[in-house]
Order: sequence, then C-alpha cells, then structure tokens
Amino acid sequence: MAEESENNDMGIPAPEGTADIIDTDYEIGQDNIETKVGPFGLDIHNPVFLVSGLTVVVFVIYALLAPTQAADFFGWLRPALTSTFDWFFLTAANIFVIFCLVLIVTPYGKVRLGGADAKPDYGYLGWFAMLFAAGMGIGLMFFGVLEPAYYFGTPWGDEPLGTVRPFTEDGQLIEANVAEAKRMALAATSYHWALHPWAIYAVVALGLALFSYNKGLPLSIRSAFYPILGERVWGWWGHTIDIVAVFATLFGLATSLGLGAQQANAGLEFVYGIPNNVTAQVILIVLITAFALVSVVRGLDGGVKVLSEFNMLLAILLLLFVLFTAGAVGIFTDFGKTLVAYVQEVVPLSNPIGREDDGYRQGWTAFYWAWWISWSPFVGMFIARVSRGRTVREFITCVLIIPSVVCIFWMAVFGGTAINDMIANLGDSAVKANVIDSYVPELSLFAMLESLPLASITSTVGIVLVIVFFVTSSDSGSLVIDTITAGGKIDAPVPQRVFWCTFEGMVAIALLIGGGLSSLQAMVISTGLPFTVVLLLICVAIWKGLAAERRA
Amino acid sequence: MFKTIMTPVDMAHPKDLSKSLQCSADLAKHYGAKIVFVAVTSTTPGSVAHTPEEFKTKLEAFAQEQAEAHGVDATAHMAISHDPTSDVDDVLLKAVTDTGADLVVMQSHMPNIMDYVWPSNGGKIAEHAKSSVMVVRG
Repeated sequence: MAEESENNDMGIPAPEGTADIIDTDYEIGQDNIETKVGPFGLDIHNPVFLVSGLTVVVFVIYALLAPTQAADFFGWLRPALTSTFDWFFLTAANIFVIFCLVLIVTPYGKVRLGGADAKPDYGYLGWFAMLFAAGMGIGLMFFGVLEPAYYFGTPWGDEPLGTVRPFTEDGQLIEANVAEAKRMALAATSYHWALHPWAIYAVVALGLALFSYNKGLPLSIRSAFYPILGERVWGWWGHTIDIVAVFATLFGLATSLGLGAQQANAGLEFVYGIPNNVTAQVILIVLITAFALVSVVRGLDGGVKVLSEFNMLLAILLLLFVLFTAGAVGIFTDFGKTLVAYVQEVVPLSNPIGREDDGYRQGWTAFYWAWWISWSPFVGMFIARVSRGRTVREFITCVLIIPSVVCIFWMAVFGGTAINDMIANLGDSAVKANVIDSYVPELSLFAMLESLPLASITSTVGIVLVIVFFVTSSDSGSLVIDTITAGGKIDAPVPQRVFWCTFEGMVAIALLIGGGLSSLQAMVISTGLPFTVVLLLICVAIWKGLAAERRA
Repeated sequence: MFKTIMTPVDMAHPKDLSKSLQCSADLAKHYGAKIVFVAVTSTTPGSVAHTPEEFKTKLEAFAQEQAEAHGVDATAHMAISHDPTSDVDDVLLKAVTDTGADLVVMQSHMPNIMDYVWPSNGGKIAEHAKSSVMVVRG
C-alpha cells in the first residue's frame, strides 16, 4: 500500500498534488450487478445488497413471530452488555477524544482530505446544518429537557457521580443543594453530548474520508480497514463489515422512526388532542417517509442540504425564543457555568473504574456510548460524504469542538430553563410532573415550553422540528445505505435509493403494528459493542494512513 | 451555423455512445465546429477514476482520441456533481452555458414507462437548454 500509483492501464499519469493513492487491483464496481428489472435500472453490489436486505427481512419476521422471545432476549442483552462492558465503552470513548485532540496538534492536522489542492464541496453553513441534522438533531429535541431535568431531580439513585439531591423525600426543596445539583445535572448531560459522541463520529468520518478521497478506495465502511486487512477487504471480510453497517443503520433508523412516531404522536395529543393510536402513528411514518423520499430523489444538494438548512434555521429560532423568554442573562450565566462545570467534571465523569454511580455510568453513559457507536457507520459516512476539501485540523475542529460547544449551549438553554422551572414552580411544574413525578419522557420538551409564553406556537414548532429531524435522518441514512449496497458508488440509479427509503418506512410500520420496536432497537444498540472494537481499529488505520500521506 | 457542439459522455460506458459520437463528429465537420466532450463526475472514487484529477485526465485522453479518429477539433470539459444520481441534468445544463455551446448532441435510451416518473436526461436537457439540442436514440 501507500505508494504513488504508477501509470495505470490506460497509460495515464497519476494525479499530481493529491498524494498517495493506494495501489490495489480492485476496481470500484467490479463486483456490481448492473441490470434492469422491468423499467428500473439497478447497479448493486453482489452480495452486500441482497444479504443485507434478506437479513433485515429475517429479523423483522423473527420479531413479529416471536415477539416475547425477541423482547426477552434483546431486552436482556442490551443492559447486560452496557453493564458488563461499561469500562470498555468509557475507555474507548476517552481514547477517541484524545486521538482526535492529538490529531489537531500534530503535523498530521495539515493533511487535506481529497489531496493537497482539493477545494471544500460545501460552505460552512450547509456543512454544519448537515452534520447536525443527520447525527444528533432528533436527540437534542428529545433529551434537551429530559436529561438535565432527570439528573437534577432523580429519586431513583442514579445521580451522576452520586451528587447531592435538591429534593427531600416528600418533594420539598433543599436550598443548600440546589446550585450543586443543577451544576452537576448540566455538566453530566453535556458530557453525553459534547466531545465524546462527536469524537466517535469524527473517527469514523475521518477514516472513511481519508481512505476514500486520499487513497482512492470506494466510499464504504470496509475501505477504512485496508491498512489492517489488505486485499481481504474486497472479500467476505469486507462484505461482512458492510452488511453489519447496513443492518445497524437500517434498523437504527427504522426503530427510531417507529419510536419517534409514537413520541411525536404523544406530543400531538398533548398539544392538539389528536388521538394517540397506531393509525395516527402509521400516518406519521408514511408522512415522514414521503418527505424523505422527495428529499432523496431531489438529491444531496436539492433535497438533503435544503432540508437540513431549514431545520437548523427552525431550531435556532426555537433556541433563541427559549433563550429570550426564559431570561437571556440568566441562561448565558448558566451556559458559562455549564462550560466551566463540564471542564471540571469531564475527567471524573469519564473515569471508567472505581466508581459507585452504577445507575448513571451503566444506565446512561454506557448506553449512550453504545448508541452513538451503533449510529457511527451511518453518521460517519454521511459526514465523510460532505467533508471533502477540509484539512484534518479543520475537520476535527468543526466536527468535534464547535458541535460540542453548540450542544452544551443547547443543553444550558433547554435544560437550564427546565431546571429553573422545577425550582421556581415546585408544586405545579409541568416539567417535574412529566419527568420526575410520573416518567413521561416524550412530553418533557412540551412541558418545558408550556412554562413559557406562546406555548401553542412553540409546541407546534417543536413538533415540526421533531418530524423534520426524522426526515433529515431518514434521507441521509437512505443515501448512506444506498452507497454501501452499491459497493461505494454514489451514482447508482434512483430506484435504489427509493427502495431503501421505502423499505425503512415499511420496517418501521411492520414493527410498530406487530410489536418489536424496542427489542430491535436494543439489538441495534448491542451492535455498539463489536463496533467499538472496529472503531479502535479505525484509529490505527487513520494513523497509518495519515503517516503515509505526510510522506507522499 | 454551429460553432461549438457539446457532447455529453458517460465515461463508465463510452462504448454505448457510438451513435452520438459519430453524429457529433459528422455535424462538426459539416459546420466546421469544435466539439466539447462533457462528462460528469462526483468527487468520491468511482468506477472510472479515483479522483477528479484522474477523471479529467481520462476525459482529456478520450477527447484527444476522438479528435484524431474523426479528424475534428475536440476539447474536454469536466463537470463536478455532489450527487450525480439526482442532479446530472442540472450539471449538464450548467455545462451548456459554461462551454458556450450552441448545439448539444446527446444520446438517449429508448423511452419507457418510467420516463413519466423520472424524465430522461436527454428529454430534460432538450426542454431546458437555451441552445439547440439533438437527441440521438441509442
């Protein structure tokens, strides 16, 4: 590997100034089947397309035919993994953060993705919008209020680092503990949404971008393994990696689409009194899938990017609204305090051993890490797709540091407002009622908005945001699956991306009606464990790849 | 009558394009026009080339080869698309302007039922391009 490619078969000299193409006999698309089925053109990787599709069908049938067994097994598996291997997840995530931070300061940071002369494909605005919309948007909507409010008031013994509780047994405020409980709640939430998750995404994205844009390998997960597996990545080793990635992405998207439809439906019931039942949820899934279809058919620039930008604009408006109606001065103070608290607590919170806060560390942190990691093939590949032309340093700054600050700000605004509401309206806080007194997580955001003016308008904006964030995950996910199952070709015929997008909606509907959303989501998160090993290997591959790039 | 003829080529399947290549060469000779071969690529590695630079080199070699084979004046123009599956038409339309072509000669597949859902590239170019467009059936 890692030699400047000589003249190729057509006698054409290698590109100049772009460095270090990996010399392999593999031709992109060589294992593809190009054919026509009726009027539909197809260009699919054999066997990744077929095996991925069939595996998904098999698992759906299993969950539908043996719902109890599936629920019991995966319902046991996921917590068993995150509780047993919590130290491994925490250690690995720490390694990813340190790895990324080291890359910023080493000379490797100068390497440009796409070769020394490459120009960025997208401006900062569109790029950021797509980073957020694909990877995290929906989580910010769901957990922005829930998680800080939960840590602040939890009576279930899972306080982060076993911190103080602000409430007595009978629900009275303990003034002396309030400030510390709030500080820790916001720091502990930020820990789950800042450097660590973005480092996970950055590692996968950087690996794929480097091996695709600089080394000339197909844009597919297997390519990042070339330095380790060599030519074997084109055989069953590579097929397996790609199939597992497709599998995790499709089920990750389908199960969160199904569960998300239930959450959006709960919100619609809370705000408009629309009945909360399976019919309404199926309609929501069809609606989201239809929007996603339009978006994938219009393509990356005409659909996904436009929608992501719209989404970001709407999210900023909601953020600003909450910021100013809840008191900008107080929130900015909270933001400052949260940043400081994050810096102070990030080391103790990420310590993998010798801790006693099992409820928080295993139930939340390890769960999150497994979750982010199981999503990383999809989000990482999408980030890679839109990041050509950036230097490694710029890439990591923009994928790691800036989103981290934005997420901490988001948490300070939404979580801070929610906690302030719990403190100020002890008896009748809707946030406290829906998070602590009875645990109805899907209503937490709307409960917080209710404490502010114009609740009916902002709740509507909230619901629209939830739905559009699902669309932007769904469309980018379909593009990623389509690319992997086409052997890394991004110019496969339109019917293929239509197929994956529709398939994902149908899987969601089947599981929603037949049951099995939660058990299969647990299964997807369980794939986080093997993928953690995969990600550690990608770090090694990136290091080798960048070293070769510097020599070139 | 025509000065610049733009001929879009699919670098992954150049052999399928014999009709439009022949046609544009004949027209170029007749009118004394030059041909610009336009090909669309993404920035990700594909079946034709690993990088846009390599793609461009191959396209230029292709244009050179055609020029010699048909005895016409030919150049190459590479157009970058982020998502060729969906925006190849728009990229080609922009290329018509960028190359200053006054005639487009392109090959199109036989029409089928799906053209009602996704219009063919040739059809869309013919509909929207400011220049004359000749669609050659493959």
